[in-house]
Amino acid sequence: MATENYKLLKKESLPALFDKLTASGKTIYAPVKKGDKTEFDVVTKYSNDINDEYIQTVQSLKETVFPKVEKLFDYKSDKTDTSIQEVDFSKFPQNVLWGLHPCDAAAFRPLDATFRWDYDDKYFLTRIKLTTVVGLSCSKHDDYCFCSSVDISPASGDGSDILLTKNKAGDYLVEIITEKGQEVYDMAKELFGEISDDKESYITDVPKKFELSELNKNLDGSFEAPYWLAQSMRCIGCGACAYVCPTCTCFDLQDEGSANKGSRIKCWDSCGFGHFTLHTSGHNPRETQSQRWRQRILHKFSYMPDRIKVFGCVGCGRCSRACPVDMNLSEHLTKIMEVPKHE
Amino acid sequence: MNEFEPKVVAFVCNWCTYAGADLTGTSRIKYAPNVKIIRFPCTGRIDFMLILKAFAKGADGIIISGCHPNDCHYTSGNFHAKRRWMVFRTMLDFLGVDVNRITFSWVSAAEGARWAEIVNSTVDAIKKLGPYDNYRNMVNQETEVNNG
Amino acid sequence: MDKLRQKTKELLSNNEVQIVVGYEEGTAGKARPAFISSPDQADTLIYDDRCIHNLAVYLTQHKLPGNTKIAVVASFPVMKSIITLASEKQLDENFIRVIGISKDNNIIEFKDFADIERYINQQDLTFTPEEQALIEKIDAMSMEERWAYWQNEFSRCFKCYACRSACPMCYCTLCITDFNQPQWVSVPSHKQGNFEWHINRAMHLAGRCIGCDECSRACPLDLPINLLTKKLSMDIQKQFGYSAGQSLTEPYALSTYKPDDKETFIR
Repeated sequence: MATENYKLLKKESLPALFDKLTASGKTIYAPVKKGDKTEFDVVTKYSNDINDEYIQTVQSLKETVFPKVEKLFDYKSDKTDTSIQEVDFSKFPQNVLWGLHPCDAAAFRPLDATFRWDYDDKYFLTRIKLTTVVGLSCSKHDDYCFCSSVDISPASGDGSDILLTKNKAGDYLVEIITEKGQEVYDMAKELFGEISDDKESYITDVPKKFELSELNKNLDGSFEAPYWLAQSMRCIGCGACAYVCPTCTCFDLQDEGSANKGSRIKCWDSCGFGHFTLHTSGHNPRETQSQRWRQRILHKFSYMPDRIKVFGCVGCGRCSRACPVDMNLSEHLTKIMEVPKHE
Repeated sequence: MNEFEPKVVAFVCNWCTYAGADLTGTSRIKYAPNVKIIRFPCTGRIDFMLILKAFAKGADGIIISGCHPNDCHYTSGNFHAKRRWMVFRTMLDFLGVDVNRITFSWVSAAEGARWAEIVNSTVDAIKKLGPYDNYRNMVNQETEVNNG
Repeated sequence: MDKLRQKTKELLSNNEVQIVVGYEEGTAGKARPAFISSPDQADTLIYDDRCIHNLAVYLTQHKLPGNTKIAVVASFPVMKSIITLASEKQLDENFIRVIGISKDNNIIEFKDFADIERYINQQDLTFTPEEQALIEKIDAMSMEERWAYWQNEFSRCFKCYACRSACPMCYCTLCITDFNQPQWVSVPSHKQGNFEWHINRAMHLAGRCIGCDECSRACPLDLPINLLTKKLSMDIQKQFGYSAGQSLTEPYALSTYKPDDKETFIR
């Protein structure tokens, strides 16, 4: 518990700040109350519907850098010539993602690692360069959260350009983390003050359910383990977990149009679908749900850290909340930890 | 004056309505040229998706026509089709699709004049309803650069 | 619950079945499906108002070796699903035991599927006032309002197919959305893709849906897509006198016809 110096953003300054951001051409996504849920939505002005005390939304904001439906290019073909029309990258929007929790902010790291893995994905990289993240630390959590188990703290600024922490007065302690964050501050200096306060006192404690490095070691050699079948029995093989996950990046490419003109589209897909790995030959290396469930876990907690040095999970808990049959991820991981390590 | 000329797609069965349309032609009966006729072996073969695809590709109106009940070349294809259309029409109406843009009819191989009447009245009705912009706007979504 | 656990222990100890599919405690006070493979696990089984998942979906998933005998805890919707699946020849009666749960939470030991069919037809099979009200609300809208309503709902859909995966009647090993020669149903979750998917789903379930509402419950975005299939179920019952889940032998409404089916719109 330590009192430190922070910049201060008073709640009553938010309307002016949002107006400045909108006026500068930025599109703001903020967590908005919808009934008894909170979901991210585009806002042009600040309003009292913006919720700074939500635990988690159903959908993540990965769609701002990895859209659900993204046109890659158009094509035109006549008797003699085929041509491709690229999308206009200069039209991609400048986005401010307001009020993301530290887990969501941290999710940009595995997204970045994946989209730079074997080639640089221009669509993702252009969008993320235009994105400013204003994070919001967590004052509460629920049973589904497990950020601390994947080495992310509910107070972490990793992945945020600015991190806000709500204090007892309802104002925000401000930490400027990156140059982009500094730009936002510089644009609206007069709205920020100074304050000494104890940030830690406002942060919720998310108990660790397992030790991440040990989980990673435990999964080594677990390919033939019998628990994959038992764990995956109730999984119905939909794509809900992959779609709400802020780090999942599986996609499909579809050509839509006619022989003469059309477009190539990238759209979301899920490794949980039965035909995800179906080959043209008819062979399917992952033809059972247990193989697909194993793939999901190993990909996020074993293959990704081993190959691209980043874990594919930020502990936000969305997958478990969205799952129609309660395939609680952290519960399954904890159970795996209870099994003696396989050689 | 640029009057709106609707595009109408007709899904017809080979043995009755298509033959009927042939008779319209050989009888030298003039009828609206807005219709594109697609020949099927039987109305029972008409998948409901074809109707959706026709709207998606730019049709403003649709005609579906086959043999009269008990006259189906394959005995019962049109009975199956009838049930399918009864359900599909309910579905479309429930979703707010304009079912007035779809004409269903039984036209036999001898009813050349009647085919002309069906086409003409359908085209007139669609002219009044205007182009099917609602559906087309829904389809054109995919060509917009999607910003998440 | 005690009787259920007792029955489970009995069935497993006698090796009459190898797996019992029921419900257990889940996260945050919810129930979830459970697969019990030994008598000592039987005490984790629960049954109460939270147990609403349609377990019949597991009967066609074939996750276990083909000769595995399964017992399934069957609420009323699950019973209807089982009869519908059986009428489509998807289930082998010799490998499935059904432990029914009556409205007053007693277990019913069904001898065979014909037994279940008899039980179902003794219950009130009309649509509830709540169900009718939901449909009437949409029927009362104008055509433009209906279009706007569904376009708005479908715009939220992201094609996760939870609705398809959770429905016991969606058991096709190659779904129409997987057909890519041609790509009949547009894949991306833009408005056209979503519209085509939901119409296909509703039409392929027309006359087969028993109204468990699992599709809507499974949907992570709470889309009211159960209303689509429910509307068609109501319509098919009115027009053809057929309802799914009530007969092992009556053919499915769209695979048959009556010469005097009455329509009002064919010229």
